[in-house]
Amino acid sequence: MTGSTASHPNMARRVEAYRARTVGLIGRALMDSLKKFSPRVQVRNPVMFIVWTGMFITGALTVNPGLFGPSQVGRWYNGTVTVILVLTVWFANFAEALAEGRGRAQADALRQTKDDVTARKIASDGTLSIVSATNLRKGDLVRVEKGDIIPTDGEVVEGIASVDESAITGESAPVLKEPGTDMASTVTGGTKILSDWLVFKVSADPGHTFLDRMIHLVEGARRQKTPNEIALTVLLAVLSLIFLVVVATLMPMADFLHVHMDVATLIALLVALIPTTIGALLSAIGIAGIDRATRFNVLAMSGRAVEAAGDVQTLILDKTGTITIGNRQATEFISLPGHTDNDIASAGLAASWYDDTPEGRSIVALAVAKGAKHEPSWDKARGIEFSAETRMSGTDFPDGHKARKGAVTAIANYATELYATAASEALKEAALVVARRGATPLAVAIDGDIIGVVALSDVLKPGMRERFAHMRSMGIKTIMVTGDNPVTARVIAEQAGVDDFVAEAKPEDKIGVIHSEQAKGRLVAMTGDGTNDAPALAQADVGLAMHSGTTPAKEAANMIDLDSDPTKLIDVVAIGKQLLITRGALTTFSIANDVAKYFAMLPAIFMTALPGLAALNVMHLATPETAVLSALIFNALIIPALIPLALRGVRFKPVSADAMLRRNILIYGLGGLVAPFIGIKLIDLVLGLFLR
Amino acid sequence: MMTADAFWQIVAIVLIAASLSVPFGRYLAHVFMGERTFLDPLLDPVDRLLYGIIGPAQTSRPMDWKDYAVHMLLTNVLMGVLIYVILMFQGHLPLNPLHFAGVNPELAFNTAASFITNTNWQNYGGESTLSLFSQTAAITFPMFTSAATGLVVAVAFFRSLAAADGGRNLGNFYRDFVRALTRVFLLPCLILTPVLVWQGSPETFTGQAIAHLVQGGLQHIPMGPVASLEVIKHLGTNGGGFFNANSAHPFENPTIITNVLEMLLMMLTPMSLVVAFGRMVRNPRLARVIYGVMAIMLMAALFIAVSAEQGGTPVLAGAGVAIVHGGGQPGGNMVGKEVRFGNTQSAMFDTVSTAFTTGTVNSMLDSYTPVGGMVSLVLMMLNCVFGGKGVGLINFLIYGIFAVFIAGLMVGRTPEFLGKKIEKREILLASLALLVHPLIILVPAAWSLMAPYGVSALGNTSMHGLTEVIYAFTSTAANNGSAFAGLSGNTPWYNIALGVVMLIGRYVSIIFMLALGGSLAAKPAVSETVGTLRTDTLLFGTFWLATILLVGALTFLPALVLGPIAEYFAMHAHLVS
Amino acid sequence: MWNHVKSAIAMLVFFTIVTGLAYPALVAGLAQAFFPQQANGSLILRGGKPVGSRLIGQPFSNPKYFWGRLSATAPYPYNAANSSGSNLGPTNPALFAEVEGRIKALREADPGNSAPVPVDLATSSGSGLDPDISPAAAYYQAPRVARARHLSLARVRRLISGHITGRQFGVLGEPRVNVLELNLALDAVH
Repeated sequence: MTGSTASHPNMARRVEAYRARTVGLIGRALMDSLKKFSPRVQVRNPVMFIVWTGMFITGALTVNPGLFGPSQVGRWYNGTVTVILVLTVWFANFAEALAEGRGRAQADALRQTKDDVTARKIASDGTLSIVSATNLRKGDLVRVEKGDIIPTDGEVVEGIASVDESAITGESAPVLKEPGTDMASTVTGGTKILSDWLVFKVSADPGHTFLDRMIHLVEGARRQKTPNEIALTVLLAVLSLIFLVVVATLMPMADFLHVHMDVATLIALLVALIPTTIGALLSAIGIAGIDRATRFNVLAMSGRAVEAAGDVQTLILDKTGTITIGNRQATEFISLPGHTDNDIASAGLAASWYDDTPEGRSIVALAVAKGAKHEPSWDKARGIEFSAETRMSGTDFPDGHKARKGAVTAIANYATELYATAASEALKEAALVVARRGATPLAVAIDGDIIGVVALSDVLKPGMRERFAHMRSMGIKTIMVTGDNPVTARVIAEQAGVDDFVAEAKPEDKIGVIHSEQAKGRLVAMTGDGTNDAPALAQADVGLAMHSGTTPAKEAANMIDLDSDPTKLIDVVAIGKQLLITRGALTTFSIANDVAKYFAMLPAIFMTALPGLAALNVMHLATPETAVLSALIFNALIIPALIPLALRGVRFKPVSADAMLRRNILIYGLGGLVAPFIGIKLIDLVLGLFLR
Repeated sequence: MMTADAFWQIVAIVLIAASLSVPFGRYLAHVFMGERTFLDPLLDPVDRLLYGIIGPAQTSRPMDWKDYAVHMLLTNVLMGVLIYVILMFQGHLPLNPLHFAGVNPELAFNTAASFITNTNWQNYGGESTLSLFSQTAAITFPMFTSAATGLVVAVAFFRSLAAADGGRNLGNFYRDFVRALTRVFLLPCLILTPVLVWQGSPETFTGQAIAHLVQGGLQHIPMGPVASLEVIKHLGTNGGGFFNANSAHPFENPTIITNVLEMLLMMLTPMSLVVAFGRMVRNPRLARVIYGVMAIMLMAALFIAVSAEQGGTPVLAGAGVAIVHGGGQPGGNMVGKEVRFGNTQSAMFDTVSTAFTTGTVNSMLDSYTPVGGMVSLVLMMLNCVFGGKGVGLINFLIYGIFAVFIAGLMVGRTPEFLGKKIEKREILLASLALLVHPLIILVPAAWSLMAPYGVSALGNTSMHGLTEVIYAFTSTAANNGSAFAGLSGNTPWYNIALGVVMLIGRYVSIIFMLALGGSLAAKPAVSETVGTLRTDTLLFGTFWLATILLVGALTFLPALVLGPIAEYFAMHAHLVS
Repeated sequence: MWNHVKSAIAMLVFFTIVTGLAYPALVAGLAQAFFPQQANGSLILRGGKPVGSRLIGQPFSNPKYFWGRLSATAPYPYNAANSSGSNLGPTNPALFAEVEGRIKALREADPGNSAPVPVDLATSSGSGLDPDISPAAAYYQAPRVARARHLSLARVRRLISGHITGRQFGVLGEPRVNVLELNLALDAVH
């Protein structure tokens, strides 16, 4: 999604690092691409396999031009065709190697963090022994201390420590780990303990740790073709087969007309017609798609997951943390009759002076903004912390005054019981007004006198409304899940612009929402972090777990966000779409190219024997030889020319399917028709200089 | 360019056909969706009688695509055997007033294959080969049943696209077959045959008349039950003539009224089926887009072919013939055409015949101008400009699956068609269905051009000879049946090769299509949002058209370049003759 | 399996009888009752004997008669038992030869006539049995016929115009002249 890069500061840094590394990658990819000439690699790609085979036939013809009977072309022609075919295959190999290289470099970096790690294993009798990390098994207890690399994944059972997880997440701020909490008790192998010590229980066998999985994923070692990629490969293979039939039958037909056709020319025609452009780049597009997700710090468990993200029709989003920032903020003071606005601001300031919670601080900030001042004597006052019993907090001043704030009912009770002041109708009304606006009312009292109400509102994350509007324009439905009451939930849903909401929901309710959406034939994506999210994450078509979440959640999900930012789900959808669009666009481009290649090659091949066909030489190419070679060279050069597009993905804008199709047909369909006419003509002009 | 009257004739015929197709399409949908029609009181008892004869066990159970395909194949194989036997032994069968001997085995195979596949390619001259019994029991009969086969297969395919039960019930083959015959094909034949007789088509069981000619000498004029064959020949998009000259023969197509009637009959079911499709899959908007794209291609083909034929040829002009229309002169390329039809209605008739895969001709395509002949050739190569009943539309939908796949990717979603995801299996089946066509055209054509027994049958040489061979295999592969008739097909090689091509072109394609339908039917439906690629829009229709033209052109362009295109340029550059 | 085959055979036998025999027989009966002339080949009788079919062309080569189109039927022209076009392609040298030959024959039979030859008169028809020629082709031959029959050109032209069948509804098809009917009318002039 455009513009979202900036919203993740981490990201920008990473993208920079990637760019810096790219130069080194090219050199390595050039080497790797040579290894890919092996038949075992080539046979996996039917389109390029045809080129690869043709390369050997024309190579043989270069050595012995008379191999298949008398020939009218010389060695130099067969040799030139061979060289272009070798380059075509090499370019394809290079595209794939380059796409793989990025992941491989990252995997190497990860592997370094893993090498030669030792661990202090705690035996059942409590004694410590130093063992290699590879000898740790599920259930073993391990002790780590300040400065250690954590040897493997586990659950903290003892101790408190801060851990640097930047090796995995790229986030340099240390994270606190302690036992017993759902989120903070998970440690990941490869991260570094910065202070104190921890004892944890190993949760993964060697080879199955998070780091191992991550290495596999970024390296693409287990990369399997996705369903959609397979379907496209089948389509391309059959198209190639059709062209093989077309070209193979052309020779006897031409013979019947006493037109001689050279094998090298036939192979050149075949290679130009089969969809080599998309055939060469298909694999790179897929790898780059996963890589793009990785660069967004989203770890996809498979290419399939990234693809599925593009298909998502319903997003299920938690309100807190995803749509709103985690804490509510004071947005308004409402004074009750008999008090001024200044009174309530001052009262709010007084009641919150020692409140260090984010809500308290937001009341202070609002009050100061409204002109309330604190008095020096408050320094000697005492803060009263919130307790579940009183449901109030406040400040006791040295002069005996007591300022209190809290839930409206709690304050009303407090005033009635301790000061015998009855709550007024005005209070109830003010509370209702606030609730209707989707905010939570807090009443403020000074010595039992209720001054007014503070509105605590949920604060939408910036830009969410626009994002949901984009989602809607792409046909994606957004559902907000919240524990709030329906009145508040509705207001926030409207403010954020989500399509639907589920109020008073428990985490377990998510799975019900997923089921009902899937029953309507929709693909559902959701985010989650807690263990009770795990079933829903597994049930969803795309489940994005937060890296800060629990191990069951991460195992159930098919993607993990290392930044633990739930809004990334939206970016992931865009990445999935971009992946598919890139494939479709380059396929269209590749097939549309054939029209110009026909116009270049067919008249060239036949016009010596059938002079009337010279009329079809609309590009006025110099000679039959230059025409054939120009088309073939164009066919080869277009591959490296499109590598950046294949790796970057085509530009994606969140608009309706119709608008997107129109745009892509114009660019890649019409462009694909026109571009080769220009390209082939230019190459022919250059060749004409040499071959005349 | 063409004359104004030609323009209006084309527009009028297409408009009349289109206006007939809407009510008839609704009627077809009613018949095959089991809804009530006004004919029910009359025909229900007939149906029930037939279900009884066939057996209640077979006619009352639902069939999935495999079951449906098996019964379709079984019926067709038996039909082929029946025709083969009748042809071989016609010498011993009744109604043989001219005492024709049995047909040789290769020709009998070719003819049986031809008529069960709705191709009606004829390697024989009807009036000089077949007894009247063969003409009715081996020719008229399969004209009904092969047409019914094509129609019910299409209906089953449509049902699979609309299936909500995973495709377990695509209808019952026997019931559909019976209803197709009783409610779609037989009735119009009974009504319209007298019209043809009124216009001059014979209907008699006398074998021939002998005329004592004005200038002396005798003329043996064969005839027979001609009119009864003509209606189903066109209504069922069959195309096989009673006589060698097919609808150019004055007995088969005596007047301009019969010419127009025959054209409208050819166009009726294929056009109506698009309307019926819209109703059966509950997406009339999609049907309108398909109908529009097909109609645009049809109109373009008609305009090009008529213009080309009206333009005449430099060869005729060079010989001193008036080829320019006007000033009382008919003009144009009248070689192989009949005066009563002229250039306009001849080119229209043959173009309609190849667009709708009928294969009947009222003028000899072999003598057409290169462009005029190429229009027919291309229509059969695409095989989806309305096409034969159902099969053409299914071909169009197969191109649609490709268009959906590529366009679907371009909007960033796993492609969907009619709410079903298009994945590997669908692409594989659609690809194979698409691959079969060029394979069975180009490979045997190339073989024929290499082999002495292939080349010796040609009626013309060089580029035109090449076109004759490609036309023969294209026509049989598309189950069309029209010919560049200079090719003498009655040789062992062409009888067998063309016969096999017809069988593959028909049954292999149908099985891939039914399998594709079955595969889609088995999938859960995906809900539609604004993010879904809409297939019922002008934009997608344009993309669809481009896909058809591009894939079709890319496949066959080299062959066309060596055939009609080279001939066109050579002719206009005066490089020949 | 046998049950399947039995069902299919039962259905096919039924439809062979209905569509292959009963239907043609039924419409033949109707045709013979209502349109006996057309149903039996639109024969034209002269002196009780058929001289031909109105719909089937026949050979005319005598300068006294209007000639029809070229016929490519084998083994001789206008063989009604073997209808066929020439199937010569537009660039076939044989086509050029055929057209030139016909033009030569027309010019020889009518040396003074330098009018352009109407295309239908120089080309073979699709069926080889085309009963018609264009009015232009008839008018082209009028001087020759008039001379051979010692009739006035105007008389012959009047006869032709009386035998022109116009376009159906004024738009469909082409105007034409039935050669046999015109020649019979010509014979009836005396």
